[in-house]
Amino acid sequence: MSFLADNFTLLRDAFLTTLSLAVVSGVLALLLGTILAAMRVSPIPALRALATFYVEVFRNTPLTVVFFFLAFGLVYVDLQFPSRFITAVTALALYTAAFVCEAVRSGINSVPPGQAEAARALGLDFRQTLTTVVLPQAFRTVVPPLGNVWIALAKNTSIAAGFAVTDLTAVLQRLANASADQLALVFVAVVVGYLMITLPSAWGIRVLERRLAIVR
Amino acid sequence: MTASVLFDVPGPAARRRQRLGSVLGTLLVLLLIGLALWRLGVNGQLDPARWAILFDTRVNVPQRLLEALVDTLQVAAVGMVAATLLGALLAVGRLSDHAWVRLPVAATIEFFRAVPLLVLILFCFLFLPQVGISISAFGALALGLTLYNMAVLAEIIRAGILSVDRGQSEAAYALGMRKWQVMSFVLVPQAVRRMLPVLIAQLVVLLKDSSLGFIVGYMELLRTARSLVETLNFEFGGIYTFPLYVGAGLMYIIVNVLLSWLARYVEKRTRRDTKAAATTEAELPADVQMGGGGGAVPVR
Repeated sequence: MSFLADNFTLLRDAFLTTLSLAVVSGVLALLLGTILAAMRVSPIPALRALATFYVEVFRNTPLTVVFFFLAFGLVYVDLQFPSRFITAVTALALYTAAFVCEAVRSGINSVPPGQAEAARALGLDFRQTLTTVVLPQAFRTVVPPLGNVWIALAKNTSIAAGFAVTDLTAVLQRLANASADQLALVFVAVVVGYLMITLPSAWGIRVLERRLAIVR
Repeated sequence: MTASVLFDVPGPAARRRQRLGSVLGTLLVLLLIGLALWRLGVNGQLDPARWAILFDTRVNVPQRLLEALVDTLQVAAVGMVAATLLGALLAVGRLSDHAWVRLPVAATIEFFRAVPLLVLILFCFLFLPQVGISISAFGALALGLTLYNMAVLAEIIRAGILSVDRGQSEAAYALGMRKWQVMSFVLVPQAVRRMLPVLIAQLVVLLKDSSLGFIVGYMELLRTARSLVETLNFEFGGIYTFPLYVGAGLMYIIVNVLLSWLARYVEKRTRRDTKAAATTEAELPADVQMGGGGGAVPVR
């Protein structure tokens, strides 16, 4: 146990890095994903095609490849991220946005057509129909899938460890090399670190879902 | 709800506006692509001689990349077969009537779904050798992929089994079949048939996840590209770095897109067979498709 106490600051900082990676990229992915979903149902064919292309590409690209391109490939078009952390956030956000888009779109599809028809009958245009009538209802129905995307994102942050961000998984690798005899303990600590994010999230999602569920 | 419910059919003025916007937007996108290509050109990255390395058999590049692709597919195939078999077993176990089977199985499934896949792989890679089980990078990757995906597939197959009409099992019991017979001859075959598109979609996810081998040093596509870059840099300087990375990345994406299309094709075929796919949820949930770890705890 004293081993964990010795490395407490290291583990705590790593946990906070993991958490902030997840939160920042989660918020960005939510924004981008919602915009993509709106594009996918928009009246303009070019926007629809662009969003579909985006989703199709990112869904079929391993997250590691996204990281790889942003970390090693982007320098060749003379772009550079200010820090490793921002590279990781960008990769996670770009990747997750595709899945957020899919979840939100399924939510939009689950809103009864009568709602949008009524909105249009009242004279609302596409933007108003979407932002004031359809999306608020859609978000309430997609709380569980979006929550699962969030939990998956929290776990996917572990890949940042392979690209020089000192998150929980990176600390795992470092401590594994430094103190091989305590390896089991390190693993337990790291797994607990991830569970500290995912379990309360799962609980929070369940509460939110119950609060927000629409009884039809 | 189809998208068209959301907006009125555009009139002539709106259509004109949309067309103008589309043209401008396309131009903007083309401009950005052109800008990127220009920067690449300025840095000399578009020189055909550099890209020829991808097809130059004398320096072993295409052979190594193809080998890496085969290795990638291999680890994914091993993971898939093992995960499907174990997943089916776990699914049946979780539906068992006996609490002493059901509860440990449920705990196993939840545990492996809750841990990030990379941590599982690292566990196999770093910890198992310590307790005297020697394991290669291939073994660690395959084992990690299997453990994680068997838990995910167990949940998928369980959902499939539960979705089989109750009349099926009742009829089987009425014929005098035992519990294991009902499960293995009646329920599981129907469940797997219903879940076939989802199982193939999961293969895409698994293939995506095999890229984590990059981090534990398994010679999959990305790691091979990296090591090729290192050896070639030694000889020629850094001129082949970009083409090799792009080549390896594109190979991953192309294989995955092809598999996705296969999944969609199979889905359509099963859809046509109305008996098989009346209620099938053919799309994987978005979080499962993300790979690396689906939902930790089933939220529903």
